[in-house]
Amino acid sequence: MSEHHGFSPLLFVRRAGLGVFLVGFGLFVLVPLLSDFRLTDDILSEMAANNEIYQHHQEIVIGELQALKDKTYPHQFAFLTDVKRELTESNERLDSGSQIWEYDFGQYQYRLVRAASLGPVSSNPTLWFFLTVGLSMLGGLLYALPRIWLEPGGIKNNGVFQSSVKSRGWLGIGVGVFLIGFYIALYFYPAVIADWIRLGDPISELMRGTLSDQWFFYGMLYTAAVLTMGVRMAVNYRHSRYQLVRTASVSFFQLGFAFLIPALMVLINKPELGYDLKNSWPLDYSAFFDYRIDGYEKHGVFGMVMLFWTIALSTLVVPALAFFFGKRWYCSWVCGCGGLAETLGDPYRHLSDKSRTAWRVERYVIHGVLVFAVVMTGIVVWDLFTESAVSVAGFQAWQVRSWYGFAIGSIFAGVVGTGFYPLMGNRVWCRFGCPLAAILGLVQKFKSRFRITTNGGQCISCGNCSTYCEQGIDVRWYAQRGQNIIRSSCVGCGICSQVCPRGVLRLENGPTEDRYNEVSLVQIGKGRIDIA
Amino acid sequence: MRQIVILGNGVAGITAARHLRKRCDDEILVISGESDHFFSRTALMYIYMGHMAYENTKPYEDHFWKENRIRLLRTWIQAIDTAQRQLLDADGRQIPYDVLILATGSKPNKFGWPGQDLDGVQGLYSLQDLENMERYTRGIERGVVVGGGLIGIEMSEMMHSRDIPVSFLVREKSWMERVFPAEESEMINQEIRDNGIDLRLGTELDRIEGDEHGRAKAAVTKDGSTIPCQFLGLTVGVSPNIEFVRSSGVECDRGILVDDSLETSVPGVYAIGDCAQIRDPLPGRRPVEPLWYTGRMMGETVARVLTGEDLSYDPGTWFNSAKFFDLEWQVYGKVPSQPDEGEGTLVWKDPGGKKLIRLNYLDEGERPVIGYQVMGIRYRHDVCQEWLDARKPLRYVLENLGVVNFDPEFYRQHEADLVEVYNRQFPGESLKLKRKRGLRNLFRLRRSERAA
Repeated sequence: MSEHHGFSPLLFVRRAGLGVFLVGFGLFVLVPLLSDFRLTDDILSEMAANNEIYQHHQEIVIGELQALKDKTYPHQFAFLTDVKRELTESNERLDSGSQIWEYDFGQYQYRLVRAASLGPVSSNPTLWFFLTVGLSMLGGLLYALPRIWLEPGGIKNNGVFQSSVKSRGWLGIGVGVFLIGFYIALYFYPAVIADWIRLGDPISELMRGTLSDQWFFYGMLYTAAVLTMGVRMAVNYRHSRYQLVRTASVSFFQLGFAFLIPALMVLINKPELGYDLKNSWPLDYSAFFDYRIDGYEKHGVFGMVMLFWTIALSTLVVPALAFFFGKRWYCSWVCGCGGLAETLGDPYRHLSDKSRTAWRVERYVIHGVLVFAVVMTGIVVWDLFTESAVSVAGFQAWQVRSWYGFAIGSIFAGVVGTGFYPLMGNRVWCRFGCPLAAILGLVQKFKSRFRITTNGGQCISCGNCSTYCEQGIDVRWYAQRGQNIIRSSCVGCGICSQVCPRGVLRLENGPTEDRYNEVSLVQIGKGRIDIA
Repeated sequence: MRQIVILGNGVAGITAARHLRKRCDDEILVISGESDHFFSRTALMYIYMGHMAYENTKPYEDHFWKENRIRLLRTWIQAIDTAQRQLLDADGRQIPYDVLILATGSKPNKFGWPGQDLDGVQGLYSLQDLENMERYTRGIERGVVVGGGLIGIEMSEMMHSRDIPVSFLVREKSWMERVFPAEESEMINQEIRDNGIDLRLGTELDRIEGDEHGRAKAAVTKDGSTIPCQFLGLTVGVSPNIEFVRSSGVECDRGILVDDSLETSVPGVYAIGDCAQIRDPLPGRRPVEPLWYTGRMMGETVARVLTGEDLSYDPGTWFNSAKFFDLEWQVYGKVPSQPDEGEGTLVWKDPGGKKLIRLNYLDEGERPVIGYQVMGIRYRHDVCQEWLDARKPLRYVLENLGVVNFDPEFYRQHEADLVEVYNRQFPGESLKLKRKRGLRNLFRLRRSERAA
């Protein structure tokens, strides 16, 4: 920044933006702690009327819950302790055939907390949406935008390695712990964050005429993060049209395909088809689960077209485009996980492990997950077709399916994949876990027109490319030998090319014949001598 | 089995070690006093700026050396005993060798300015220099950089990245005007100023004033102005780092004199990289070329010579590159500050002043192109070299110039603009750019013919 003396309005806006963000984020953190909880007859009868407690449970469950009635709890943890006790006692009284299943057990807790909440958020969710999500977004934008006028465009990774939040200092660890906690609550204890979920009500009602649930709330935050941090990304790389186009693309696909279209499906009364149309199996591991198939069937031709699209996307579209453009067209242009990684995760890209050991682990783990995904889907589909409750090695389809959902879908993709951004970089899931990335990687490695071309002998081995590779590829290893970089894990974000100070790297699609240049030529002597 | 000792673990020494290991089974020992492992000297600035940590500048992981049986020794060598074929280190240790490769690099120049040895006055070459710069620039109010070279601009950028105001004193009337044509030089001046640096052209340092603790406190210029500052970067070039070699009986001039197989006056002793001086340089080349690329090529050449190849050092077509703040520069072939007699130049500069393309050619016959220079644009090394070798005519080059463009996808291409300049410069010509990158090529499956 060139302003060293006197008052700079732009610097002031930037600082104010940081302040506004911190206020918004601070209020967001406080939201789950602000409410009292109180269960009343009105609430219970409304829940019964809305079938939020299922008919066959109502008599006993509501009977048990009478014990909690009209008591005021200062926070949801005390309330939940009592709710759990009553639900457990209900189960002891219910016949073994009609007990509350584990999933519904959690949903009942969530619905009761949500309904019993008495506090600022429940009385004015719109205001609190603006105070939390709104202020955070506004602050982020005010912080990011002044850079356009404060300094010339270009690579400005100044101080990244001294930054506590970006380089695993206390702030970074703190952000990691918060994100991990957020995902654990979201996936496994939504009752604890019922007041957060309510923040989604105003937009959910506007978009689809229903109240928010945990997944709508998550999608809303996710989209807000991609859009806000997408603006930051665009500001940071405003000198690069490749990065501008790519950032616009991930923002568009997140907003349109992941957020708006599913809501539209609910609005036109096809909630069973409210899926993200760009999400391809096996990343979308539930694509062929029974409830999804039922949904396709229920909506006739429309449903069949969508089933056809789901199959065509995974088997034709994804591999064909990967042949032409590499896996980047999906992973860093379209995919939601990639979209978050390339925006919210951009400040953490240098934290990926570049060691050879990490590469070895990566190959075992990601292909292991792919095998798991294929086997799991195979069993589930077989089960669906034969309706025979198949068991493989004594395990039934629903068991294998729920293990996958827990271990891969929730823990790996969510808790580790995003929670570990500030600890292990922004592509932990994409690099080590995503089975779709594994398939795309195989295409990219063996049959694709994509490569990163190394520009002759211009490399000075500085290491910026390797350092800022979010996938932990040691780009320099190839560049300094004059070799093209063809790695299955490369998502084609193009940042290596941007940070290179000598113009050495270019992402290219081209004929497959000369893709692997065995040796590049740097002329020394009358003949050419290969550098290797 | 020979004991090959390489003195210096920079790019020249390490490239020699790696290529020796590929080609022979001899013992290889690399000695350095500076660092335990090879790191990229060109990346020192990025450590200071916080773009990378020291670990990130190491091109090979630490296990690489053991796996490839390249022994590393950290010590400062003080003398070479060529008669006994051994080295003596600072602790009096004797290290025998059969073959010695000297790759001791450079040291920053100092030209006898009063105050040049004060604390907070230094060049930037080694890891130790970086540590000193880190210490002496902490919390300062202003830094001064003296000398119009690449390191000068780097030191300015380094301090600027930490919001330290910088005054940059350059003796010439325009930055590096003896290397760059006026347009390029002016672009770089502008880039330096756009980044808020107090660039003072045509300004020479007279002396440095110190405080009572022996710490620099001001730079005084020859025109009599005093610039209060707490740190001075002296970046007026480098010289071969060969003090202890001079006294060992190895023949030296500015650098260690070597023949075209990089052997010194003492059989079995070789010199490569910044410290070597070629006795009979090839036409158009300087005897001492302190560059990353030449160090790397010399390292490979000496490894081939030592493993029995009959080879003489030839760095081939000139190329270089750099980045000045946000402005990238690449050159292939011959592009001097002024075209020589019988040469012509064709240049396009964008009105925003951040991009430039220049072609130099021989002004005879079909006007073969002899040099490509770009700023703010990237060009392909292999195609430029192919076309230079084939002496492609100016018209051919212009019509096909799109093929050379190496900028990232979606970037604006300016080759057609240069063709327009040509058509204006040569009345009666109406060339058209035939080949550019773009959507047309997106789905092409077969390799195109690159150089017809």
